[in-house]
This record gives sequence, structure tokens and C-alpha cells, in this order.
Amino acid sequence: MTIQAVHDNEADSAGRAWRFGTKTTIYLLLILWAIICLFPIYWTITTSFKMAPAVMKGALIPWIDYDPAWLGWRSLGLSPETITASSTVRDEFMKRFMNSVIVSVVSSALAVMLGSLAAYGLSRFSYRFGFMKNSDILFFFLSQLILPPVVLALPFLLLYRELALLDTRIGLILLYTLSVLPIVIWIMRDQFSSIPSDLEEAALMDGLSIWGAFFRVILPIALPGMVAAFILSLVLTWNEYFFASLLTSTNANTLPVMVASQTGSQGIAWWSMAALSLAAILPLIVIGIGLERYLIKGMTAGAVK
Amino acid sequence: MSQGDLLHVVTEDDISDSRRMFGHGIVWASALLLAGIAIAQYAQVSGYADFGFQTWRPTLYAYILWSVCLCWSKVLIYGEHGKRVLFVLPAALFVVSLTVFPLLFGLIIAFSNWNLASPLGRQFNGLDNVRQMWADPFYWNALLNMVWYTLAIFVEYAIAFGLALLLNADIKARKFFRVAFLLPLMLSPVAVSWMIGKSMLEIRFGPIARLARWLGWETPSFFGSPEIARLIIMMLDAWTFIPFMMIMILAGLQAIPKDLTEAARVDGAGPWKTFWEIVFPLMLPVSITAVMIRIIFKLKLADIVINLTAGGPGGATDTVTSFIFREYRDRSNVGYGTMLAMFYLVLIVIFMTILMKLADRFSRPRT
Repeated sequence: MTIQAVHDNEADSAGRAWRFGTKTTIYLLLILWAIICLFPIYWTITTSFKMAPAVMKGALIPWIDYDPAWLGWRSLGLSPETITASSTVRDEFMKRFMNSVIVSVVSSALAVMLGSLAAYGLSRFSYRFGFMKNSDILFFFLSQLILPPVVLALPFLLLYRELALLDTRIGLILLYTLSVLPIVIWIMRDQFSSIPSDLEEAALMDGLSIWGAFFRVILPIALPGMVAAFILSLVLTWNEYFFASLLTSTNANTLPVMVASQTGSQGIAWWSMAALSLAAILPLIVIGIGLERYLIKGMTAGAVK
Repeated sequence: MSQGDLLHVVTEDDISDSRRMFGHGIVWASALLLAGIAIAQYAQVSGYADFGFQTWRPTLYAYILWSVCLCWSKVLIYGEHGKRVLFVLPAALFVVSLTVFPLLFGLIIAFSNWNLASPLGRQFNGLDNVRQMWADPFYWNALLNMVWYTLAIFVEYAIAFGLALLLNADIKARKFFRVAFLLPLMLSPVAVSWMIGKSMLEIRFGPIARLARWLGWETPSFFGSPEIARLIIMMLDAWTFIPFMMIMILAGLQAIPKDLTEAARVDGAGPWKTFWEIVFPLMLPVSITAVMIRIIFKLKLADIVINLTAGGPGGATDTVTSFIFREYRDRSNVGYGTMLAMFYLVLIVIFMTILMKLADRFSRPRT
């Protein structure tokens, strides 16, 4: 009996081996997919420090396969030696970068503002605009999501031409706000419906107006949802390419347009393209790592009830 | 969604007649102003009179003024009740003015021959665009491609589900893996098409080409044959969007109560059976939401195609959006392009309506 208690019986050890096998498989698969996800980023980082021979060789590991150089970053004017000197390429890059920042931040903020108000109103009051009731209004907002950008693109191109809004940041901001608004409403509706309306009732008893109750009581509670909506909008608008390439030409180009305009050129300078791509995606990588919690919150809104 | 106010507000508004008059007054006054300016501008465009307008901006400003007056008047006329309308009205006005007007305008464009490069301007040409579309093999090919691209979502869904199961398992460093898996979603499709499509798939020294050679494919060519090129586009798009579905499914998995799977295990069900009989049915609503949203995004696919293959070889990778993009870029043919887009919109609306009806039926809990 005692001997048997020390030894595992056969079924147990088989079970343990099986469990060990599953564990290993799980980790192998996880690592495999992590490599699939991260390798392109790694490749771009290393390529931005390569020189022509290293690129031709397809070198993988810096310092072992090749000696890192600042070539790519120098061509952008962002390497240590050139960062202090004036550089037209860097000015160009910074201009595009600032365009991207302004357009994506302003349009996301605008969308969160308009969308939160609308979602709050729809979650608390009943409306009637003509034949449309609350559910119809909500459906109207959300149905904008299926509107493909290409349908709006050419009419907007012509309207903007008449309104002198082509190649302006305001023009882009308006369109981007429109394109992320349904997503914001989707997230914020989920957020507001999880807040009990007793809270405002109490606030209203205390003599606040509806808007006062909204700003003082509800907004602080709903803030995480708003941050989530903002971050998700930021990702979508930062990466948007289709409208930007159609509606801008010289002044209001965003970063994706700049990256795209370089790819077609003959005799690709791999190192500088890598540096440019990396600079374009870096802000979002930082956001993705730092604010992952909010991103996930935004994406899962309304998915699980 | 329940009808009726969740929030009961008792208000005793005492709105004077003069205030109400003023409210109506500003709406009508600004509307008249808008109409006046619009007519004046139209007259100038048609050549009846010259008011010295450079652009249509004055009409835009008058429209904004009218919108503001409309919002303000709601408060003036209805008091507290009007303040509630202010929550929804700005967003509604914004969306209506930015979609309904351009769509109506688009309908006009769609039935005209309008080449931006030609000095003739817009000419109404009836159903010519429809006839041209009907006979355009490249457009139908692009539509067919969209079917293939959409079908690829099922594979993406399977992978995303697998990854979500992996992340939901009892593992260490879950946060690291979650962040790593999420990163592709953050990257701009344009950058991805360069980073992977141009750089890593470079035939001579790209790492994937080297891997392919090492695996025994002597002369890897990724954009030579239609099938492989389409597959590559599918894979690139899947790479960026799998994290999205994965996160939604993961949230669904985490919402499944542990007792259920425990109970199944106690009852002697193996992991395989537990998955198919408990986890998967419970995940159906989340799955349907995830796939639907994914389909919506897939139907907008364009950036990667525009930047990587420009539709080639021979239109094999074209999406509708990238096709119209090139139609405009190469021929500045706005009339025809808009007609194609409008037709696409009609197809999408029909398709999504059917899909939503089906989804509604499937996701209803079976009792």
C-alpha cells in the first residue's frame, strides 16, 4: 500500500505525460504565432539599420550578420549626426507626421464627443424624429458602418472641389469623424447602458440639469469607455489611406500617403523605406503596448452580454 | 431596446410666446438665408448673374449657421425637453449632411458622363454607365474576387478561434502573448504592404522567399500567378485582422462560466466533446458578431491591393474599391466610377440584410 502511494499508478503518469504534451504544444503554437506577428516588425527595424550589401544578403541578426549603420535614418534626417542639422526630408516627414497627428486626434475627439452624446441620449430618452424611433435612429447610425468608403469617395471629391476643401485637413477630419462615428456609438451605447439610471435621477433630485448630471455624474464613470473609443478611432484614422490618397495632394498628406508614394519609386532604398515605415507605425506600436487594455475594451464592447 | 424614457424628468417649463416665436424665427431666418445664398450661387454657376463667389463655401457656412440655429431653437421652443434632443441632434445632423447629401449627389453623378480631365464637364448620359458596367469583365471579376476574399474569413475565423483558445488556456506570460498577437492590428495596411509585401516577399533576398527556397520551392514567385497573388493578399489581410476576431472570441470565452465546463468534465466528456457541445454553441452569438463585423471591414479592403499589386496580375487581386480607385486615377472618370460604387453599395445592402436576417435566426438561443 505505502509503495503504491508513493508511485503514481499507470493511468496517472500517462495523464501527466499527456498533459505535459498538451502544455508543450500550446506553448509551441503560441511562440510560433508570436513570431509570425512580431517578425515583420523585427525585420523592418533591422532593415532600417542595414546597408546595401546586408540587404542583398538578407542578413537577419545585427552585429552578427552585419554591422548596423544609420543609413536609413540618415536619409530621413533622423540619425544622431543629422538630427541637429536642417534636413528637407525630415521637414517633409515632420509635416506629414503632424498632419497625421492633427487629423487623427481631432477627428477621433470629435467622433467621441458627438458619438457619446448621441449614445447617451439614445440610451436614456425616447425620441421620435418623424417616423424614426430610438431603435431606428440607432440603426441609422450603426448602418453607416457598412457604407463602403468608395461610395462616398468620388462625390466627396467633387463636393470638396467646389467647397475648396480638397487637400485640407478639415476636409479629412470631417470624413474621418464620419467613418469612426458608428464605432464610437456602438462602444458608448454599451458603456452607458451598463450605468444604472438611478445615478442621474439622484443627481436630478439634487437640482442638476440633465446636462449637468451628464457632465458631472455620468461622464466620469463613462470615461474608460470614452478612452477606449478614442484609442480605437485613433488607430483607424491614423492608418486610413484611401480617402487621404484621393483627397489630398500636397498640403494635407498624411503619413500613409507619404509611405505609399515612396514605395513605387524605382530603385528602392530599402533602408530608408524601412525607417519611414517604422516611423509611421511606431506611435501605434507604443499605443498598442501601453494602452492595450483600452483597445481590448473597445473591441469587445457589445460582443459579450 | 426599450421605448420610453429610462430617465424620468419632471420639468415645469414656462416658455413664453415670444421665446417660442424667436425660436421659430431663427430657424426660418437662417433657412431663408441658406436658400438665398444657395440660389444666388446657383445663379452664378448657371451664368445668370455674377455675385463674385469664388467657391461654394458661403453656402456651406450658411448651412452650418442653419444647423446651429436648429439646435438652439429646440431649446428655445421646447425647454428642458429640447435639451434632450440636443444629445442626438448634432450627431444626426452631422451624419445626414455627410452621407445623405453626398449619396444623392452621387446618384446624379452616377448617371452622367463626367471626365474631370475633359473641359466638357458633366453630361447626363442616362443608362450608358449601367450598360458599360454590364459589359465590363474587370468589374465583375473584381466582384467575384470579393466573394473569394469574403470566404477567406472562415479560415481567419478558425485561426482566430484557435488562438483565442490558446490564450484562454492556463499559460504563463499571457499578457505578453496578448500584446504580441494584437500588434498586427495596429499597423497601417500601407506600411504592412511595404514591410511584408515588398520587403519580406522580395524574391531574391526576402526572408520568406529564402524560407520558401529552403522548403524546396526553387523559384518562388509570389505575384506571378493569379491564385498565389490572391492568396498572398488574403494572408496579408488576415494577418492584420485576425487579432480583432481573436480578441472578441477571447472575451466570449472568458465570459463562459467555469462551472459549465467543469460539469461537463465531471460528467466524463473529453475536451473535444466539451468544445463542440458546450463551448462552441455558447460562443455562437459572439462568433456571429465577430464574423459580421469582419465581413463589413473585408468589403472595404483596398489599401493593400492598391499598394502591393495594383490589382494585378490581370485583375486577379482586384477588389471593387481598388478597381474604382484605379478607374478614377487612370481615367479621371468620376461618372462611371460612381456608378460602379453605387451598384456595389446596393449589392452590399442586399447581402448584409440577408446576412443579418440569417444571423438573427441562428443566434437565437435554441431551447
